[in-house]
Amino acid sequence: MDKTQTIHKRISELFDSQNLGVLATHRLGQPYASLVAFYATEDLKDLFFVTPKTTRKFSNLKADSRVAILINSSTNQSVDFHRAVSVTVVGHAAEVVGSERQPIFEQYLKKHPHLEDFVRSPSCALIRVSAKSYFMVQNFQNVMELHLNQ
Amino acid sequence: MKWVISAENIQQDDLKRVGGKGYALALLGKNGFRIPETVCIASAVYKEYVARTGLRERIQLELHRKDFKEMRWEEIWDCATRIRNMFLRKPIPDSIAKHLSPVIQSRFKDKPVAVRSSAPEEDAANASFAGLHESYINVSGLDSIMEHIRKVWASLWSDAALLYRQEIGLSVEKSSMAVVIQAIVSGDRSGVAFTQNPNDPSQGVIESVYGLNQGLVDGTVEPDRWILDRRTQRIISHTPVNRRYWITPMEQGVQLSPLPESKSQIPPLNAQEIQEVYSRARRSEDFFATPQDVEWTYEGEDLVILQSRPITTLSNGKSEDNRGWYLSLHRSFDNLKSLREKIEAELIPAMIAVAEEMAQIDLTALSDQDLAQEIKRRWETNHKWVGVYWDDFIPFAHGVRLFGQVYNDVMQPEDTYEFIDLLAQTKMASLERNRMLEELADRVRHDPQLAAQLENGDHSKLDQGFLKDLETFIQKFGDLSCAVTGGTQCVQDAMPLFTILREMASHPISPPNQRKSKTTDNLKEKFLGHFDGDQQTRAAELLDLARASYQLRDDDNVYLGRIEAQLLSAIQEARQRIHKQSQAGGKDSISADLKKVLDDLDHGPETLNPYQKQTGQNYKIKPRQLVGQPAGPGISRGKARVIQHHSDLAEFKSGEVLICDAVDPNMTFVVPLASGVVERRGGMLIHGAIIAREYGLPCVTGIPDATLLIQTGDEITVDGYLGIVTLGGTGLGDPGADGLKENQVMDFEGT
Repeated sequence: MDKTQTIHKRISELFDSQNLGVLATHRLGQPYASLVAFYATEDLKDLFFVTPKTTRKFSNLKADSRVAILINSSTNQSVDFHRAVSVTVVGHAAEVVGSERQPIFEQYLKKHPHLEDFVRSPSCALIRVSAKSYFMVQNFQNVMELHLNQ
Repeated sequence: MKWVISAENIQQDDLKRVGGKGYALALLGKNGFRIPETVCIASAVYKEYVARTGLRERIQLELHRKDFKEMRWEEIWDCATRIRNMFLRKPIPDSIAKHLSPVIQSRFKDKPVAVRSSAPEEDAANASFAGLHESYINVSGLDSIMEHIRKVWASLWSDAALLYRQEIGLSVEKSSMAVVIQAIVSGDRSGVAFTQNPNDPSQGVIESVYGLNQGLVDGTVEPDRWILDRRTQRIISHTPVNRRYWITPMEQGVQLSPLPESKSQIPPLNAQEIQEVYSRARRSEDFFATPQDVEWTYEGEDLVILQSRPITTLSNGKSEDNRGWYLSLHRSFDNLKSLREKIEAELIPAMIAVAEEMAQIDLTALSDQDLAQEIKRRWETNHKWVGVYWDDFIPFAHGVRLFGQVYNDVMQPEDTYEFIDLLAQTKMASLERNRMLEELADRVRHDPQLAAQLENGDHSKLDQGFLKDLETFIQKFGDLSCAVTGGTQCVQDAMPLFTILREMASHPISPPNQRKSKTTDNLKEKFLGHFDGDQQTRAAELLDLARASYQLRDDDNVYLGRIEAQLLSAIQEARQRIHKQSQAGGKDSISADLKKVLDDLDHGPETLNPYQKQTGQNYKIKPRQLVGQPAGPGISRGKARVIQHHSDLAEFKSGEVLICDAVDPNMTFVVPLASGVVERRGGMLIHGAIIAREYGLPCVTGIPDATLLIQTGDEITVDGYLGIVTLGGTGLGDPGADGLKENQVMDFEGT
């Protein structure tokens, strides 16, 4: 397995092990962070989350689709500094509409079956984040970047 | 893992695996008692099921929607209903079913069975919790048995269990439920035996009915009752009953039918059998070393023990709260039917008569002393009817719940509250009032001169025909300026009514939601189509009962309101007199009688808003998103109109969101103007939710402190799908960025 594959695999493993990520949006220069329950495709091209349409994060990303999501394995202990892995994804967010939603919902609910009522609420939007780059931090300060071909 | 354990293989250390009921039965079976063929689905299977289906976390989400301490009983029922529906809609995954099906198939191939709850927390040495969890009698076929296993699991979260969660240590992480499956014994006489009378430790009690036990357990069939002396085991007394019905097995489930004449004259047990039942129960008590509540049946001459558990008096015991009263609301179909007769034939006509009798009295003609007496009399009358409301009207509301449970069992709908669509479209008094109001508004809409006269508040120039209709309206429904149930303020003129009429006239008003009428017929057809013959008739009767229950849940408030309005009008008269007296001659000329009676009825000072910024504080609290219960689907945005006092209603503007402590039936006239409804009081079957649903408005109920946290004029979004209220725009900029328009109910379907 080459180094690229190893990084790809490590990111996938982290994503499988984690349910929540921190989404960063902004509006008029003011950053805003929110927790989201995410699901990522195997090829790491897309991440998905669901949000009510009445939230700040939704209106922010509608105004500017550029977003980042931080996903990490820290456990609130001192060992986190050497053991935890953090990945920041940057990309563009867009609402998924129409018939495309159903197969994504199915995958999403496999990871978060308890969110069924939430996901299916007509007042919620399914958001796709098309990833441009990944920034993986390990061993406290070691940072590797993974850029996807657009 | 042991998935299914036969009674004969249950070991000493299996209590946690098979639950108290399964364990006790197995021990009795091994020690010479005759028990039915029995297997237990281990409690670990429940844990596997909720883990693999995601239900464990969904239950957590449901239970943590709000602090239990802030939940009303109705909200707890709603919570239990939603959880139950989750179980109904999630089949047992194949990976689990493959361990259960072969055993169930081989043991009970075509035999009808009872599927019973067996909570691990219950054991012979500790307490048992009769009535908290469900059991089902006469279930046939693998699919049906598997479905009933889920229903029994769901009953771990029944409303009764949630009420007693602390006593039984209910927790999503730790609690589980084993299930006992036992072959049905078609007993021709059945009953329960308490080895010790809960009310007198020196006695024992036996209750018995013809047919199966279920009628006795759920209160449908009244039993013969014998009291025995515990020491000598002699019969002390026998209370016979008018034996009219019995419960017998049918193809699937059981049926209630008239008891044959030949049996109705003879008690179900003879003296020898009473001794046999009691001796057997006492043997069980000796065996478990604690007084027992034993369920038994006679199959021909053979006495079979169905279950044995320690006696508890959980629901009517020592606790000082009202939980026992709440549990008593669970009424049987027949009980509700007779309650309906009483309400329709006696109580409502009496309420109307009482209000009319009071309305006939010319208060202005009474002396101060007589007026004081009259206020006292009206207060007492009102108090009496409030008591009737709690004793009879609220229990009758259980008709809706009973129907809801049957509907959800049969239809397993995606929307737990779909059944309400079948109950709506009834002629509710508050809707009739709104229709009359809309007719008046319509005339104002088409007559600018009339509108101008109303604006000036000029009675004298009003068109005589309009004035007459206005008076008819006021006579029938009050002048809308009095908070007739619970408020303390009355406005003396008709201006509030004029203001509302003008507001209604200046905007097109949607009629109550008609879009469902077609679907309603389909739903009814589909629902009744699940039943045949007598069962279909009974299902139709249940629907009819539920509709009456739904309608009365609303109307009773209106009738109660009329009585309270009479009390308030007498109070108003007294206040006016005191005012005049004090203006005319100072403090000393005020009638002592009137002052005393008003002081006695004083409601006390209003409490302060705990969220208000205190002096010296350098921070303030501002709500952004508040979670309650989704009570009417849809989403809308508008300016908040917070109703603190009834008089605030006159200020209501079209498109505003109604925010109140509890939507009173006497304030529903503004609902057609509203774009959404938010209520502090929680529940799906409360008035606000019912009316919002009728008008197709988004509604969120059960938001603690709603009227304190939200201010009139706040921009808010009501998400009736998720039960969320969002305050403020979208935060940092344009409020319309999410596609929501102001003052409009949005339909997100298909976006």
